[in-house]
Amino acid sequence: MREAVAHNLVEIRGLKIGATVFTPGEKPKNVEIVHGVDLNLEKGKVLGLIGESGAGKSTIGLSTLAYGRGGIRITGGEIFINGIDILKNSVGELRDLRGRQVTYVSQSAAAGFNPSKRLMDQVVESCLSHKLCSRKEAEERAVTLFRKLGLPDPENFGKRYPHQVSGGQLQRAMTAMALCPEPDLVIFDEPTTALDVTTQIDVLASIKEAIQDTGVGALYITHDLAVVAQVSDHIMVLQHGRMVEYGTTDQIINNPQKDYTRALVSIRSTIHDETPAKGEPVLKLDNVSARYRGLNFDVVKDVTLEIHPSQTLAVVGESGSGKSTLARVMTGLLPLRQGSVSFNGETLPAALEERSKEQLRELQMIYQMADVAMNPRQTIETIIGRPLEFYFGMQGAEKRARVIELLDEIELGESFLKRYPAELSGGQKQRVCIARALAAKPRLIICDEVTSALDPLVADGILKLLLNLQEIEHVSYLFITHDLATVRAIADTIAVMYQGNVVRYGPKSKVLEPPFDDYTDLLLSSVPEMKLGWLEDVISTRKMDSAGN
Amino acid sequence: MTMRIPVSALIGLTMMAFFFSLAVFAPLIAPYGIGEVVGDVWEPMSAKHWLGTDNIGRDLLTRMIYGARTTIFIASAATVLSFTLGTLLALSAVVLGGWVDMALSRFIDLIMTIPTLIFALVVLSVVPTSILILIVLMGLLDTTRVYRLARAVAVDINVMDYVEAARLRGEGTRWIVLREILPNALSPLVAELGLRFIFMVLFISTLSFLGLGVLPPDTDWGAIVKENKEGLVYGIPAALAPAVAIATLAISVNLVADWVLNRTTSLKGGRNA
Amino acid sequence: MPTHLILLVIQRLALGVLLLLASSVLIFAGTQILPGDVAQAVLGQAATPEAIANLREEMGLNEPAVSRYLKWLFGAVQGDFGNALTNGADIGASISKRLGNTLFLALWAAVISVPLAILLGLIAVRFRNRWPDRLVSAMSLATISVPEFVIGYVFMFFVAVKLRWVPSVSMINDSMSLMQKLQSIALPVIVLTFVVLAHMMRMTRAAILNVMESPYIETAELKGLSRFAVITRHALPNSIAPIVNVVMLNLAYLVVGVVVVEVIFVYPGMGQYLVDHVAKRDIPVVQAAGLIFASVYILLNMAADIIGIVANPRLRHPK
Repeated sequence: MREAVAHNLVEIRGLKIGATVFTPGEKPKNVEIVHGVDLNLEKGKVLGLIGESGAGKSTIGLSTLAYGRGGIRITGGEIFINGIDILKNSVGELRDLRGRQVTYVSQSAAAGFNPSKRLMDQVVESCLSHKLCSRKEAEERAVTLFRKLGLPDPENFGKRYPHQVSGGQLQRAMTAMALCPEPDLVIFDEPTTALDVTTQIDVLASIKEAIQDTGVGALYITHDLAVVAQVSDHIMVLQHGRMVEYGTTDQIINNPQKDYTRALVSIRSTIHDETPAKGEPVLKLDNVSARYRGLNFDVVKDVTLEIHPSQTLAVVGESGSGKSTLARVMTGLLPLRQGSVSFNGETLPAALEERSKEQLRELQMIYQMADVAMNPRQTIETIIGRPLEFYFGMQGAEKRARVIELLDEIELGESFLKRYPAELSGGQKQRVCIARALAAKPRLIICDEVTSALDPLVADGILKLLLNLQEIEHVSYLFITHDLATVRAIADTIAVMYQGNVVRYGPKSKVLEPPFDDYTDLLLSSVPEMKLGWLEDVISTRKMDSAGN
Repeated sequence: MTMRIPVSALIGLTMMAFFFSLAVFAPLIAPYGIGEVVGDVWEPMSAKHWLGTDNIGRDLLTRMIYGARTTIFIASAATVLSFTLGTLLALSAVVLGGWVDMALSRFIDLIMTIPTLIFALVVLSVVPTSILILIVLMGLLDTTRVYRLARAVAVDINVMDYVEAARLRGEGTRWIVLREILPNALSPLVAELGLRFIFMVLFISTLSFLGLGVLPPDTDWGAIVKENKEGLVYGIPAALAPAVAIATLAISVNLVADWVLNRTTSLKGGRNA
Repeated sequence: MPTHLILLVIQRLALGVLLLLASSVLIFAGTQILPGDVAQAVLGQAATPEAIANLREEMGLNEPAVSRYLKWLFGAVQGDFGNALTNGADIGASISKRLGNTLFLALWAAVISVPLAILLGLIAVRFRNRWPDRLVSAMSLATISVPEFVIGYVFMFFVAVKLRWVPSVSMINDSMSLMQKLQSIALPVIVLTFVVLAHMMRMTRAAILNVMESPYIETAELKGLSRFAVITRHALPNSIAPIVNVVMLNLAYLVVGVVVVEVIFVYPGMGQYLVDHVAKRDIPVVQAAGLIFASVYILLNMAADIIGIVANPRLRHPK
């Protein structure tokens, strides 16, 4: 047994982690969130930890630093790093472990860097405080890492303050900070999740290269199986604090054994068959431009689009592309500056106040954060019942019967009537929001990133529900999203937005087929695919292209 | 889930009930008349005069009970005034937005550049002092703080998607204010109500202590401190009785407000979260 | 210092001047335009109409309000506040001496309370949710619930009267040595310290906790830095601005606390001067004292904002 321990970089036996939950007005409660997990990692290898929220993957990652956030602490098991049980370490030995043997890269580098210190000072700090090398040497290491990670002007990059560089660059700088003391193990905790997809691919590639070059071992934590498939040697699938499946990356992706893993692997494979455009368009945008007060440029520029009955138009773009602003223009929250919006063949008044009740009824909206889209003081019955009362004057038993009908349609049922939003899970909340929109019997529903705050499997369920409802209610969707897999799963027509412009627009089959414009090409090729070697293929294709040009 | 009332809040509630009943039933409870001279100057505590007598030989307990009546009445009235006005102005400012919000907020900022006590002293140097004037003055000055809090709370709620959803549905201002914003703003405001009340008790006591608040023949706790403060130098603790009463009332209300505030956060966090 | 930072500071200074002007208008308006005739207020209900008319003439009340305000303001800027109604003394002269005494008192209160509050705040954070934190929180809840004069009299009763350690009245004059002066103001300084300590400690605690809960503190801890290094290198540089802000706000609060404490201990400062003349309805004095109190308050708030601007790394090192 000691033998095996000596060979592995990380060896975890029966790890149990507990958390203290503080509910105001009640005694603090102890709950177990990780129920005995075993894990091995050889030197220089990368293990992917994958799971949905609440799976315990970050908690397990941080436990290799003997660290727990908030009321989280390790309650049982053993964690060996280089053969030493770190849970038996003294405070001094722990300090020696952290920042020297094991380092950490967090999801939000923007928050993880001290805002009042230069990047260089923070990157070399571990080296200096552990007396690993001189300051000069540490700075040389840092510059080498900056260069390796593709940061601009590596010699001078460290002189900047965190707020002076972009999110993608900060994420790389944090990786440099983690690699600088030449640790044995780096914990990557969702390092690319907060980034746009076209930025993610570059950061991912540079992280992978840096891992390979330095020969460091790594735990790579993410909820995105396609991402982890690109960087890891082995993958462990976790659910509710238990291991579901463990295997080589190849086995997990190409030959998953458990249903849960299979479901995760097949997530991005739903593809909805395109419905052809029929009849007069429900909504038409003609040369629409809009800007926020105080800005001297348009956030949405000269946009022309159409949505046909029972069709889904997906507007796809990255942050800052103007896609959400477009939704605000359609709803009348942001009056347009130029152009016109027509609905059912009539021109819609630009301002919300001037629209008729009928126009408002026929155009409904579903939000990204279902949590804040429902009044926490109203019951589900009130929330879904209000549009019935407001638009159709329904009361009493009639209203209740219709609410129950809608609850059945969203697969929740009568038992939810008297509940409050806080008692529902994320997916259930979003379903209630869908029911509220449907209650108005709209012709068009604007869906603003409605699945991006949800776990992949839950999101899949919501997409399927929306497609079913479209069959039954003959409603059109305008689907705003940054996620191309969602687009494939639901869209009939697609508009790609970039910096306020629609750069590509048409039926799904045309938009997603070559020849591409540059941006769509970049966007499409940046979406991680559930196959091994995808990242290398893309990077080498791009290198060849740029060499060819 | 039923909410247990913590011991501290229970103590606070009991003390508050005690003080408020003193205030309401003062003439029935008080053993002597408010201005009745019944003994020597500064008699010590005795069976006849539980708290002793004051600087001109009135029963101190009687004075304290009537003092409670005045103090609590003025503080309550001023709190109601500042609260109603402050909340009303803040909610209108947020819902109407634009220049109304701008003008009101800047004006309130301006008033708040002068410390409340100093402002009150400046005004009291001109207007004749009466209980009504005190209530209005204190109420108006404190409206600024209620306004700021209520506005901050309302602004937070106003940007929530559920309020936007109501707007998109076509709901009128009435529904948005009464059904969407107010129910969610109420809890933090109620907790603040307690703190404002304490502030008013301290404020009126301070003014009376400075001789600029409640004037004879009426009396309140601050005024009783003022009347008896000379005694302290001779080792007579009469002035400390109202001081202790003020502190006890304030701490009781604080304990209750703390509990309400905690309940508020628990509601925000969800019912079973 | 980059130019745009200088611009921001200048902007804030300009706002401060504007607020000073606006507060002078408020104070002037508060005494002059309110319902109730000033001359009537001064002389009381029993005054003859002739006496009131004379006084109105003497006070210049027959001039329009705007010109009276401008006259008053220009005088005030040059230190000329006119003469007191009650004894005809030059207000500027009386104030300058009393202002010195008040600042002397406030300064010593600040010297003691600021380090003490920060220390207690740090202790509360270090032992968060343990007994030192709870004790400090309970104490601050108690002191916040008690008016200044109650604290004052409790101290006076026990420390000065029962124990006879210090005098119960704080006389002060120029012939006293610094030590004598300090002994004389010991009690009011302690009371003032108590008055501001609770607020300042609570706010310091909150400010430091806010920083300690930032993700970059976690980053520092995961680098294996010692507790001390985490606090001095990462927490402190980011806490300075909020703490300075807390201190400034509470010094402003001290300015008000000083009024009551001076009355309790019969200390010859601005506060007692103001309260005395409010009772006597001596309006020129009230205006002058009110303006000075408001100015100090505004200046401290402005200083807090400017320190906040200068300490912000985003503003100090723009993109």
